[in-house]
Amino acid sequence: MSSERTSPVFSQQVRDAILAEIPKYPEPRSALLVALHLVQGELGHVPLEAQEELATILGIRPIEVREVVTFYPMYHEHPVGKRNIQVCVNIACTLNGARDVVRGLERRLGVSSGGERTPDGNYSIEEVQCLGSCGTAVCVQVNNEPYIEGVRADRLDDLLRAID
Amino acid sequence: MPSERYLLPPEGTHWRDLDAYRQAGGYEAATRALREMTPEALIEEVKASGLRGRGGAGFTAGQKWSFMPKPGGPKPRYIACNSDESEPGTFKDRQILERNPHLLIEGLIITGHAIAARAAYVYIRGEYVTAHRILGEAVAQARGAELLGPKHMGTDRDFDVHLMRGAGAYICGEETGMIESAEGKKGQPRKRPPFPAVYGLWGCPTTVNNVETISHVPAIVRRGAEWFKSIGTPSSTGNTLYGVSGHVNRPGVYELPLGTPLREIIYEHAGGIPNGRRLKAIVPGGVSMPVLSAEQVDVRMDHDSLRQVGSLLGTGGIVVMDETACMVRAAIVIARFFRHETCGQCTQCREGTAWLYKLLRRVEAGEGTMEYLQTIDDVCGYMEGQTICALSDAAAWAATGFLRRFRPEFEAHVRERRCPLPESFLP
Repeated sequence: MSSERTSPVFSQQVRDAILAEIPKYPEPRSALLVALHLVQGELGHVPLEAQEELATILGIRPIEVREVVTFYPMYHEHPVGKRNIQVCVNIACTLNGARDVVRGLERRLGVSSGGERTPDGNYSIEEVQCLGSCGTAVCVQVNNEPYIEGVRADRLDDLLRAID
Repeated sequence: MPSERYLLPPEGTHWRDLDAYRQAGGYEAATRALREMTPEALIEEVKASGLRGRGGAGFTAGQKWSFMPKPGGPKPRYIACNSDESEPGTFKDRQILERNPHLLIEGLIITGHAIAARAAYVYIRGEYVTAHRILGEAVAQARGAELLGPKHMGTDRDFDVHLMRGAGAYICGEETGMIESAEGKKGQPRKRPPFPAVYGLWGCPTTVNNVETISHVPAIVRRGAEWFKSIGTPSSTGNTLYGVSGHVNRPGVYELPLGTPLREIIYEHAGGIPNGRRLKAIVPGGVSMPVLSAEQVDVRMDHDSLRQVGSLLGTGGIVVMDETACMVRAAIVIARFFRHETCGQCTQCREGTAWLYKLLRRVEAGEGTMEYLQTIDDVCGYMEGQTICALSDAAAWAATGFLRRFRPEFEAHVRERRCPLPESFLP
């Protein structure tokens, strides 16, 4: 199936980066998690066609890619907002008002967390589990960028401006 | 006696640069270990220091190293360094990765010498993009200075450090879940035996150690096992990184001796409880460990002392809750986490974590009966000691911990058919 496709799903640049990753490990398959991050970094999610292409590069079956994509919370098989706002809702963050942060973002953006995108496709909100930033709760991560720490529900306009 | 740091640079500074790290005495221990110490002597020294793993289980590091088969076999040998820091309440390894990355690299070099490893693979959780970048830059510097790579540090051995990225699954902090993940698979833990020392990364002999554990090793080599043992308690030696979060004035990571009283950590180092409120509950070592009540705040933070009060040291991640916090809600947040993170391969864990969350939700909403509380206890009984890994045990310990320690508050939810704490945080 993938051999019939003429146009590749992700860029030559991403392909080269994946190929450069493979020699670090005794088995090419070990590069899969990094490869998925690279693909998602370019496409925003990892569609089935990209999974097939990755399977070919790494010499594994497409289902072996898909079971990884669907097991790990950071990968998205379907599109999310261009700015996917991930709010930690674990214990240190909820003690510091993470629920109010999620609700405030939902109100401002008009979408609920977990799967919805704004009509322009720009934003989505995701509740995530502990980001390892408990001392600077509430912690927010947009896409795969460095953390935004110490977020407060009464300063969400600042947050949205900063991530725009 | 004021404690002396050897893991973290002074407050507000970092030693990311090779020169800065060297000026602080960096790589002297590795040089000494590689030139003057045999692998056997190194393992003995670390065993004698009493160093216990800082990833949660507290296993003796030197003993773990000695489980590796004798060198000279047909397969390469590896270190798998666990940097999947995901236990809620735990944010200490990030301090090492971001502020003192060469300390970890030096520890890996020494560990690599001790167990005759060809390479170390550092598995960093996918969200830690900043830590990944900083450690990556430090590894590149170390390669440039021939501290890593072919015939590293003037020896006839090759040793390198490679970074790997996770993708958000807590279970990959479990040592065999991490190994599966590093091989490009779902992070479902393996049955043991065989243990990683025999059959680890790519089926090769592998030692799995946490970032902080390995970061203690240079100081042990430099100062000796006797010095290390003089810090802490007889069975919990050395400093450790306590992470303090929740309702405290100065949350953060504090490097202090094992055995430091919990009261001192909360009230002196972390500045006490804000707004004049009263302390109510403390999770002492990441949310997998049973919660303590305020009356237990005088416990010392070491393995034996915490066991005596019915909890465990875990990762040393301390979560503090004040009097406004609803204990059912806290249990809900933690149960939701385990329900989300179960890998699904064992029935008791997959089903049990979902049941716990549902039952707690209904109790919190005022829809529970006293029978629910018994059911929570029963479900936990089915989850403990029944599964391939300890995630199921952790979920059960957390839920029963809250229920047993704060039972009157759970009963009040049932009796009053609502949460009796109007000011509580929302789950």
